[in-house]
Amino acid sequence: MKVVYDAVCPFCGCLCDDLEITVENNRIINAKNSCAISLSKFMHHEDNRLSYSTVDGKKTDLVTAINESAKILACAKKPLIYGLSSTECEAINRSIELAEIIGGVIDSTASVCHGPTIITEQSVGEIKSTLGEIKNRADLIIFWGSNPTESHLRHLTRYSVFPTGLFTPEGRKNRVIVAVDVRKTKLSKVADLFLEIEPNKDFELISALRAIIRGVKIEAEQVSGISINVLKELAERMKKARFGVIFYGLGLTQSEMGDMNVNAAVGLVSDLNHHTKFVILPMRGHFNVAGANAVSSWLSGYPFAIDYSRGYPRYNPGEFTAVDLLERREADAALIIASDPVAHFPARAVEHLAKIPLIIIDQKVNMTTLLSRIVIPAATAGIEAEGTAYRMDGIPIRLNKIIEPVDGVLPDSEILNMIIDKIKVLKGGY
Amino acid sequence: MTDLIIKNGYVYDPLNGVEGEKYDIHISKGKIVDEIDRRDAKIIDASNMIVMPGGVDLHSHIAGSKINIGRAMRPEDHRNDVMPRTNLTRAGVGYSCPSTYYTGYRYAQMGYTTVFEPAMPPLSARHVHEELNDIPIIDKGAFTLMGNNYFVLKYVKSKDLNMLKGFMAWLLKATRGYAVKIVNPGGVENWKWGKNVGGLDDLVYNFEVTPRDIIKSLAKVNEELGLPHTIHLHCNNLGVPGNWETTIESMKSVESIKPYEGRTRVVHVAHCQFNALDGENWVKLKSGAYKIAKYVNEHKHVTIDLGQVIFTDTTTMTGDGPWQFRLHNLTGNKWVNSDVEMEAGAGVVPYTFRKENPANAIQWGIGLELALMIHDPWKISMTTDHPNGGPFIHYPKVITWLMSRKARTDTMLELHKSCIKRTGLAGIYREYDFNEIAIITRAAPSILLGLRNKGHLGVGADGDLSIFNIDPTNWRPSMFRDVENAFSRTAFTIKGGEIVVKNGEIMATPSGKTFWVDAKVSEEVESEVLEDLRSEFKKLYTVSLKNYPVQDSYLPLSECVKVQAGGY
Repeated sequence: MKVVYDAVCPFCGCLCDDLEITVENNRIINAKNSCAISLSKFMHHEDNRLSYSTVDGKKTDLVTAINESAKILACAKKPLIYGLSSTECEAINRSIELAEIIGGVIDSTASVCHGPTIITEQSVGEIKSTLGEIKNRADLIIFWGSNPTESHLRHLTRYSVFPTGLFTPEGRKNRVIVAVDVRKTKLSKVADLFLEIEPNKDFELISALRAIIRGVKIEAEQVSGISINVLKELAERMKKARFGVIFYGLGLTQSEMGDMNVNAAVGLVSDLNHHTKFVILPMRGHFNVAGANAVSSWLSGYPFAIDYSRGYPRYNPGEFTAVDLLERREADAALIIASDPVAHFPARAVEHLAKIPLIIIDQKVNMTTLLSRIVIPAATAGIEAEGTAYRMDGIPIRLNKIIEPVDGVLPDSEILNMIIDKIKVLKGGY
Repeated sequence: MTDLIIKNGYVYDPLNGVEGEKYDIHISKGKIVDEIDRRDAKIIDASNMIVMPGGVDLHSHIAGSKINIGRAMRPEDHRNDVMPRTNLTRAGVGYSCPSTYYTGYRYAQMGYTTVFEPAMPPLSARHVHEELNDIPIIDKGAFTLMGNNYFVLKYVKSKDLNMLKGFMAWLLKATRGYAVKIVNPGGVENWKWGKNVGGLDDLVYNFEVTPRDIIKSLAKVNEELGLPHTIHLHCNNLGVPGNWETTIESMKSVESIKPYEGRTRVVHVAHCQFNALDGENWVKLKSGAYKIAKYVNEHKHVTIDLGQVIFTDTTTMTGDGPWQFRLHNLTGNKWVNSDVEMEAGAGVVPYTFRKENPANAIQWGIGLELALMIHDPWKISMTTDHPNGGPFIHYPKVITWLMSRKARTDTMLELHKSCIKRTGLAGIYREYDFNEIAIITRAAPSILLGLRNKGHLGVGADGDLSIFNIDPTNWRPSMFRDVENAFSRTAFTIKGGEIVVKNGEIMATPSGKTFWVDAKVSEEVESEVLEDLRSEFKKLYTVSLKNYPVQDSYLPLSECVKVQAGGY
């Protein structure tokens, strides 16, 4: 029996690194300190596993699957590579080189998640800090369209609401918690102030707060279902906070006018910095979605939605984002890495995915593996494979290899390397 | 690897006192040697060309979270300079926030073979190293940010320099860093409450220490440890009119510190142009270069790099959060702020230096004035503080301005008249020669960094050199455009004995190594520091102490520089 201390959880953007994983005979038997989701991920990582490669539904060896994949990708005119957010940075790095070689489009799950956050960064910027700053300093915490009690279970205890820190010695008592959402959640019960706003009215509410903070008179008695007096009180609280933070989730990015919402929220926080310290952080979902954007940025200059069909990288969300490309039926082959677009994409995009040669590299059976022509099983990053992942606030952490994968099952990065090598041969060294 | 003989070039090797002499250089197994077997060697004919050691850049933001924020936030920056994949090279994009592969290729094409990233936040050191590994050809390293670190502030406050020493050594090793970087000491910690410091004697909230205390303590311990580089200081009040006084105060504050044996210097003031502003406000801005240059000329303990301004659209990025907020408010341009728990911060704001902007015209003049008014080129390294003053690909332009008064005058006449009226540049007739250029782009930065095998062509040096297609015996300052062309694309760049660039084209893309420092302290101090870290780390950080240090796997090719001086 061995215990891996300070192990990193490869599930959500919190990337908690204080787990204690107990292993016996290459089996995980306990995961201490983990949240319910993480515990389930560690304890059930063997369920539903893919253990061998298939081509056209028939069992085959890895090399055959690699060779077939290489042929499809090398011959495609506009291949799409998609996924990336739930694998290690080394695999993301390899995926980008693969996209270069085949002149393909590469996109990550960010495009259906926090894409608006990135687009906002490109128009007005971002005002962020690492999570430790929140733990040590924040006395006003606002969750907007985000419910970590369901999505990021240990966020409240490790980073935001409850932990004690250097300048927050009494933890929860030192903080005021505000929740803004369209319905009551478990979080709204924890909050000191809950604003139940009308759906798709975030932009108006943020703009009203901004106006109040800038000293503009508002004639309406309520905005987005919230009375102006409540807003005035909140605005005053924001200005008087010692260190304030807005954590926002898909409630803001994926409701109507997602990028406008985030744009307004960053503007609000920018204005607040003339009064006090204020930051705003996206609650990023997958454990390495931040890494997918980071690696892609340093290799191509762009965080997602990249096209290599001209040999050099071009960026255009809306054009080179996976859903749009598929809905326009432009992709003529697709390689999915550690993701399940068939379960999550709009029907029109999925319809096209079903028509083109589809290759998937994943650990488990999912909707996409069922539709794929070629399925290649991969080792689970952070459990069976080492590598790097970037936490939601951009901190890189080393993932552990805790147990050995099943014989013949390799990490994503190694599988991708084999595909790259084969394509180089097919394309004559290119 | 084939041995190389570089024949007949005019060699500039200032460290060995060689000033344009014609002689052959031999390279074997990646190193400069005395003699080799000529039958097996490849001969490079460098007739009528200049041969210099490979370029060394000691301050260029090439890797890590800041430059990567710049890349991600500025798609508009990349479009005009794109690089398709070839059989040999990776695809990428250039300009002010270039992709990593592009960075390596372009530096090599200009004859540079060693570049240092000057601002690594410890918590994201892994990110820096991941990017450094994706920069091909050149050798590199990174400076660890320390000036606003909680433990540094704590030990400075308690005046426990032994613990500070142990911590600095530990942090350098944990981050695989090369030098001690200080950015707006105290100001970045105060920025975490939305404030700043205004001078050397302002207090840092909650720590009751001053920027002066921080600079002095770090400088003193840096020299006691015998680290290869001095402290690398981004002064307080950067970009604030009238800041020359703070800069000189900062230099003065370390006058009495005893340098490590054999050295005279104790502080390197980074991108000095941004800290040499005189005048009460932006309207009354004038050059403070003369005052800085006078001080530097009269003292041995200071070195600087230029931070020269280029007239172009670029991206500013520093570890100085409050300055970036100020610049955001000055320009209205998009702004990224990024604070790092317990240790650092950063900001990124796009900026365009315009010829018609009076302040920019003065800033351009200041950088050149500094280079021309400081008598001893060994105190100077040429930088643009890439990309803050402008992208590194414009270095050849800076070289022409230094070498040719005509080049300067031509540019000056295109600028706002403030440059003529409020800097002394028009009255300066000094022109650098090729030897002095070799000093400020090669020998001096290499000496300042304490790199024994870089920046010169003596026996035992690394086989890094650049060959420029220009004949120094037949050159006049009016021919500055020839210099710009020659220094933009080398005839040959040789890295570790391998031809990596020929006629400006990439020929090979070997991986470079990363330098880092392992400083020895006594075991007693080391264990006391570890104990203190263990007792506080969990309370302060959101990453465990075990997961904090950079793992060896992030340094596939590295050179550890061991220093022993602190280990009594």
